[in-house]
Amino acid sequence: MVLIPLADKSSRMNLTGTWRTQRPIIEYEKCIRCSICWKFCPDNAIVLESGQSVAAPNSRLLPLDIPRIDYDYCKGCGICAYECPEKCIEMELEEKD
Amino acid sequence: MMKVNYTAAMMTGNEAVAQGVKLARVKFISAYPITPQTTIVEKLADMVSNSEIDARYIEVESEHSAMAAVFASELAGIRSYTATSSHGLLYMHEMLHWVSGMRLPLVMSVVNRAIGPPWNIWSDQSDSMSQRDTGWLQVYCESNQEALDTILMGYRIAEDEKVMLPLMSMEDAFILSHTSEKVELPGQDDVDSFLPELKLGFKVDASNPLGYGSYSTPDGPFMELKRDMMESMWNSKPIIRKVTSEFAETFGRDYGGLTEDFMTEDADYIIVASGTVASTTRYVASKLRKEGKKVGVVRVRYFRPFPEEEIRKAVSGASKIGIIDRSVSFGGAGALSLEIRSALFRANGPDAVSFIAGIGGRDVREIDIKNMFRMLEEGNSGNIFINSGGVS
Repeated sequence: MVLIPLADKSSRMNLTGTWRTQRPIIEYEKCIRCSICWKFCPDNAIVLESGQSVAAPNSRLLPLDIPRIDYDYCKGCGICAYECPEKCIEMELEEKD
Repeated sequence: MMKVNYTAAMMTGNEAVAQGVKLARVKFISAYPITPQTTIVEKLADMVSNSEIDARYIEVESEHSAMAAVFASELAGIRSYTATSSHGLLYMHEMLHWVSGMRLPLVMSVVNRAIGPPWNIWSDQSDSMSQRDTGWLQVYCESNQEALDTILMGYRIAEDEKVMLPLMSMEDAFILSHTSEKVELPGQDDVDSFLPELKLGFKVDASNPLGYGSYSTPDGPFMELKRDMMESMWNSKPIIRKVTSEFAETFGRDYGGLTEDFMTEDADYIIVASGTVASTTRYVASKLRKEGKKVGVVRVRYFRPFPEEEIRKAVSGASKIGIIDRSVSFGGAGALSLEIRSALFRANGPDAVSFIAGIGGRDVREIDIKNMFRMLEEGNSGNIFINSGGVS
């Protein structure tokens, strides 16, 4: 009879990435797979993935796990870009309609 | 009227409230002591310790925690109770929104006491009036009997499936809370048939984990939930009228609904008041009637939901009305005055004078009420402090 503020799967339904105004973009050609961005992300929005074939600065790095940004939850704080020792994460302004 | 069993005894308003909580079969109590509310929860603590009631009592370190504790127990589907006053109520403010926003039908007693500085423990409605926007139903009682009866009616109304909002019931500090008068205690069986057990449709269940009030974006459903609370407030009006009249049929005491009118039909001058000040106003109005003066009184029981229609109807024939507030909204007027003026403005109602009286427990005497009626007759307007230094 009345509306009750209950939710199941609430954090899966609420994609907090919609708060973002700047989007981090990783340039894998420069990424040394150090995973510092993954360690510093305050929202667990960077995941490490194995078995991906993306570019790397040299062939020895190719078999290592790569960081991937989960844009459903990344709020665009820019900590990853600031901490990246190779400065290979760019923050791009996002525009929404 | 059905014949009901009752026992009568002399008791203070606070004891009457504790007896009401016992009769309502409350299962969980959490509170923090503050004058003049303390003797309610002291009495309840005694009852729990003597196994007079089957309830759990949790001591907490603050009123904020007391409200958080009863929030959780209500969410578990357990009928719960707490009480506070003054600064304690202000400290609960945030949790009041959580309880109403989660649609928990809690009942709380507030013994109206002034807000400092300077420290003052006496009667003043500033504490509960400043909680008017928290989504709680508000009832202002004028006798110890009404304070008990409101606990019983309160759970019925709050727990109605069309309402599902918490309710606070007010007593004037000391005038009710610590003064003894005759109170009729209804029999447990009659109360049990009037007030069935709480059955919450959405209670916490460990085997079905859910997010309770977890998160909502501007896209929704936040705004829809708040709008639904507003609609439930309006929907509570017919429920209040229905439960009040059912209570009258069962127990023989009729509180009239959201307001109580006294000799308003042909009155030229009407005073609107709440709490015990309304009793004094009725007494003065009866005396003035004997002198041939056409005066009447409206007692506001419910301030939330606001009884717009009732007040408009009661004062529509009057040439001028006065509103007594035992609180003040600085830079505005009394809270009751502001709302009544707005209700009358839309109906082209009579001019309404705001009387601020009894602040910090200052006595509201017979002579003060007589002066208010005199000022109405003499055509005074605006916001007038009564029996206060520098103002006649």
